[in-house]
Amino acid sequence: MELIFEKSVSGRTGVRVPLSDVPKAASLPDAVRRREPVRLPEVGELDLVRHYTNLSRRNFSVDTNFYPLGSCTMKYNTKVTENAGGLFASCHPMLALLPGGDQLVQGPLAIVYELERQLAEITGMEEVTTQPLAGAHGEMTGIMVIAAYHKARGDAKRKYVIVPDSSHGTNPASAAMAGYEIVTVPTAPYGDMDLDLFRQAMNDEVAAVMLTCPNTLGLFNPHIAEICAIAHEGGALTYYDGANLNAILGKVRPGDVGFDVIHVNLHKTFGTPHGGGGPGSGPIGVRGDLVRFLPTPRVVRREDGSYAVEDHPEGIGRVSDFFGNFAIMARAYAYIMLLGREGLIEVSEQAVLNANYMMARLKEEYELPFDQTCMHECVFSASRQVENGVHAIDVAKYLIDRGFHPPTVYFPLNVKEAIMIEPTETESKQTMDAFIEVMLEAARMARENPGRLHEAPVTTPVGRLDETRAARMQQVCCE
Amino acid sequence: MGYCPNTPDDIRDMLAAIGAASVEELFAPIPAELRAKSFELPPGMSELELMRLMREKAASCGADITPFIGGGIYDHFIPAAVDHLASRAEFYTAYTPYQPECAQGTLQALYEYQTTICRLTGMEASNASLYDGGTAVAEAALMSLRITDRHKVIVDASVNPLHREIVTGYLHGLSAQAVQVAPDGCASDLAGLMAAIDDETAAVIVQSPNFFGSVQDFRELAQKAHDHEALLIVSCYPIALGLVASPGEMGADIAVGEGQSLGNHLSFGGPYFGFIATRKRFIRNLPGRIVGETVDHQGRRGFVLTLQAREQHIKRHKATSNICSNQSLCALRGLIFCASLGKKGFEDLAQLNYDKAQYAKSVLGAVRGIDLLNSGATFNEFTLALPKDGAEVVQRLLDKGVAAGVPLGQYYPGMERALVVTVTEKRTKDEIDRLALLLEEVLWS
Repeated sequence: MELIFEKSVSGRTGVRVPLSDVPKAASLPDAVRRREPVRLPEVGELDLVRHYTNLSRRNFSVDTNFYPLGSCTMKYNTKVTENAGGLFASCHPMLALLPGGDQLVQGPLAIVYELERQLAEITGMEEVTTQPLAGAHGEMTGIMVIAAYHKARGDAKRKYVIVPDSSHGTNPASAAMAGYEIVTVPTAPYGDMDLDLFRQAMNDEVAAVMLTCPNTLGLFNPHIAEICAIAHEGGALTYYDGANLNAILGKVRPGDVGFDVIHVNLHKTFGTPHGGGGPGSGPIGVRGDLVRFLPTPRVVRREDGSYAVEDHPEGIGRVSDFFGNFAIMARAYAYIMLLGREGLIEVSEQAVLNANYMMARLKEEYELPFDQTCMHECVFSASRQVENGVHAIDVAKYLIDRGFHPPTVYFPLNVKEAIMIEPTETESKQTMDAFIEVMLEAARMARENPGRLHEAPVTTPVGRLDETRAARMQQVCCE
Repeated sequence: MGYCPNTPDDIRDMLAAIGAASVEELFAPIPAELRAKSFELPPGMSELELMRLMREKAASCGADITPFIGGGIYDHFIPAAVDHLASRAEFYTAYTPYQPECAQGTLQALYEYQTTICRLTGMEASNASLYDGGTAVAEAALMSLRITDRHKVIVDASVNPLHREIVTGYLHGLSAQAVQVAPDGCASDLAGLMAAIDDETAAVIVQSPNFFGSVQDFRELAQKAHDHEALLIVSCYPIALGLVASPGEMGADIAVGEGQSLGNHLSFGGPYFGFIATRKRFIRNLPGRIVGETVDHQGRRGFVLTLQAREQHIKRHKATSNICSNQSLCALRGLIFCASLGKKGFEDLAQLNYDKAQYAKSVLGAVRGIDLLNSGATFNEFTLALPKDGAEVVQRLLDKGVAAGVPLGQYYPGMERALVVTVTEKRTKDEIDRLALLLEEVLWS
């Protein structure tokens, strides 16, 4: 498809700019004046609407296709919560920071406060801040809180953060951004971080251990409380990456297990849309004695029931401009209110049931490196198919031809040829059965006609793209 | 519940396939002592009840206040097409385009977005968005540390104070230093900034227009930074770029900014998007996702995520940033906003903002006892010196339904009587005239 810039016709104008009701001013001084108008496209509104409508049709999405992208929790995004999130469009955040302004924005402040309380209850933490703008941003904020805790205790020697080799890449990257060096602990044959190697890695220079539970293999780590205890004995804090919280809603609370800091991905567990890559929202929760290190400002509830914005002077400062991605938070709040206690428990139960069903139906054809009851996702390997020259990527591309968004492939890194499937609770058995049939068909094809898998996809506007060329050319905008 | 579709029959069949007696059995790997100690939440609601509750909350969100406030976030008009197109579920219910063949919609849109940002800022390479304006400034600071292998950035204190706080926080853990240079009145102290640059300096960070609304020429500052092999980072307000010289024209090496004003609703603080763009030679140091052009095996043009070896999912702790999810949908809104207005419309919109603010300057500056503090050019914001405490005046005007501006005392000690006033194209002449009358009344009656 042509670019919008290639549809531009000199002199064509788009939407009408409001008329002026004031005199035209003298121009800006030459030294600060732009020399040429910005080369934006010159298109009519219909051209524009067709262009982006047709572009949208070149996407797979949850509303059009089953999207079992492991680790991303691509559940259905309820429409009523979309409507709810849009109700605050005209609310200027600066109002809340003006003297007396918090009185004017009681509704949104109540949502921030109540959502923080709900997330604290769901995760078993003392307090929550909604400021972080995505999961990775939450991780960095959480590690900054941990750094502030050690510093306040005068414990200056801790310079390492431990992560398992199966962790999300954001974990080590976030800890590094907060100034820590990374120690990576390998996965044991039983599928979790190797407990003995972890013990050996622990010492009084370790600031924190970051874990996901269930881990990225979709397995619940039975040693999780022991890991927390070992970390605490060594004076380190424990960080819970909430990417996989969907599996344990109402079943396990990280705070009860012994985690000190957690983040939650509202765009995964709490049903807010993924937006083609964002916006997300990554609130963090902390245990009691870490509350004072949370970022500033805090939304508090006064005795008269009104809400106020307060500075948080001992905290780590500000990690985003205001209170977080509010319209996303409002959707998550609405989602929690919509589903309620029982609905949220049903989420984890059905998510786990669906994933185990997928696992049971596919394990005859696909290698299952860790054959045990999984939680919300399961990880296969295409290692059997590799014997016929077919790789995980080939299976993924064939799924596209059959109308399914592929699972996550080649992650986690500790499984070769990984195929990570997370169906989520909002998919029906019938949808999963259709997906399973195509997966089984791909496995048969790998034996009988591997060439077809190598050609895939053939039904999309473009075939497999030359990524090496893209990296070499570095063409990232049009001339 | 309506969102978990499996029937009791489905569940029975699935459990049989799994070989489990009950759903609860699937949670057996969780040791009993680790089970949740509490889960106290209200019961669920119907859609009708939920919307009643949410409308109640939305009723108290300051919607009837006339805003003359900015501070980095601006009340601009949004063409109807932006909401309609960004509400296409094919856009908003997709995720990161890791499988490019079934994500060309998102990928091409982001490529067009990157092109738009490059053209606005006068730069050569943009990423596919960052979280917001403040974190974008912080990421630019980190980028300058990587490029120069130095540990000091100089920050003009007329940069948005909220953004400066975020920069300080980001640099803190890395043992890097942020040296603040106080403004000269309402302008950046260019001489002071230049004097602060030395061979240890990674970058100088300025903002255009600055927090007081002043627009300045940074060419000489850029030259001085480059003489010391330091970078110039300019944080800019994209609507102003329709009229004001771009960071590229000013000699900047990295341009960043808050993208909210490009077609994103105020929404009490987000989601918005941050943008970052740079010279092509620094492209490998950019944080976050980048979309690049390529071809398929038949030579058809297509778009992919590129230079991923910079990113956390490949490089882990050695990545250029930890960012994974960005603000893709907000960036898409920014793109559609710019394309809706087009070349002429965008310039006209900037001119209209400028004209209205110039009118407001003359009217408000004429109020008894009020002085204009900016000595040079401004765009759509300016700073007034009041004869009374700014916070008090603002609070009294809020009671009359007007947010008169952002009082500076809380951010700049000693400027308790100063007020930054913002006038976008949405403020009418009548609203401006009324603000003048209200100020007169509050100050003198």
